[in-house]
Amino acid sequence: MFGIETLGGNLQAAVLIGLVLAEAVLLYVGYGALESVLARRVTELIRGI
Amino acid sequence: MEVLGVAVELLVMFTGFGLLIGILFGFFGMGGSFLVTPALLVMGYETNVAVGSGLAFVFGTSVIATLKHRDLGQVDYKLGVLMIAGTTAGIEVGKIGLEYLQHVGLADSVVSVAYVGLLGAIGAFVTYNAVADRDGGLVGEEDVDSEEEMPAIAQTIQSYRVPPMISLRGGVTVSLWMILLVAFATGLLSGFLGVGGGFIRMPALFYLVGVPVPVAVGTDLFEIVFSGGIGSFLYAQSGAVDLSIVVPLLAGSALGARLGAGATSLVEEDDIKVYFGVMLLLGALAVAVRQVGGYLDVPVLDTVSLAIILGAALLVSGAVILSSIRELRRTAPDSSSSAAD
Repeated sequence: MFGIETLGGNLQAAVLIGLVLAEAVLLYVGYGALESVLARRVTELIRGI
Repeated sequence: MEVLGVAVELLVMFTGFGLLIGILFGFFGMGGSFLVTPALLVMGYETNVAVGSGLAFVFGTSVIATLKHRDLGQVDYKLGVLMIAGTTAGIEVGKIGLEYLQHVGLADSVVSVAYVGLLGAIGAFVTYNAVADRDGGLVGEEDVDSEEEMPAIAQTIQSYRVPPMISLRGGVTVSLWMILLVAFATGLLSGFLGVGGGFIRMPALFYLVGVPVPVAVGTDLFEIVFSGGIGSFLYAQSGAVDLSIVVPLLAGSALGARLGAGATSLVEEDDIKVYFGVMLLLGALAVAVRQVGGYLDVPVLDTVSLAIILGAALLVSGAVILSSIRELRRTAPDSSSSAAD
């Protein structure tokens, strides 16, 4: 998957962990943007305002 | 239908499972590999792939949860670095003890009993203290950092004023040597039992060092970024990390970790402790059932154990979300709405 199987042990491990880190940061930023748009609306909905 | 060679049903299941674990991870600072690895084993993955992928998932989720706790001002980096130093030394010594037990052929039985005993004991202790605190008054007290809410052991540890003294978040001042001692002891247990140790470190940071629960969770997660990163790198070297597992799990847990971390600033400290304690008690029961299954050679008990763990995860994460919603509704409309995120 993602074409990293051909890389050597240490390099493959580093790229793989880098990919996980990149996904984590991307998701953090993406969900953060979603939160800034929706958080207030959802909070008000829950509070019944 | 498949995406990148993985069935869509499997991707959806992993994403949902990730959401559930993310809530617990962001809320407690523990529970990632505790939940993921047994589930992957029951699904038929090889042990090294289940452990390696579980660790990579824990690494990614801890990055997201730590960033969220940092936004809420709940990560003490100074304490985190000191904990990493002390824990690393403790793990090395713990591993020596484990190797000795393996040498005399007692490792499996001693570690199993110690693991179940420790999970159960910490769970019972945390639950008992939280319930006793709630019954013992302090109703309506808003100052969570006040002296009377600090556990007695933490106050004793803070009374040993051996320089240099370190100031921590929550207005706590502790001797550097006491922090290193607590970190070493938690690392010792972690290395001896061969577990990540979030369930040991989080209560240790609160009950022994004396930082508020949300800071204990945030700082514990900061430490897991490093332990999870190193652990998954080591497994990835032998190709034991499967991205088709990690990517969808992380997509779900990223949202769950945000919700869980945000909930720590909404839910009462005593409630957090009760949920944490119940999670550990059910975890102890699940591990005990699995060990009995292995001892008696009854494979179905592995599935029963997984069902208990998943049931506990569903129950506790549901309780966390409901508590947060209740707290939001209780809050006056004109008070800070930013608490919602």
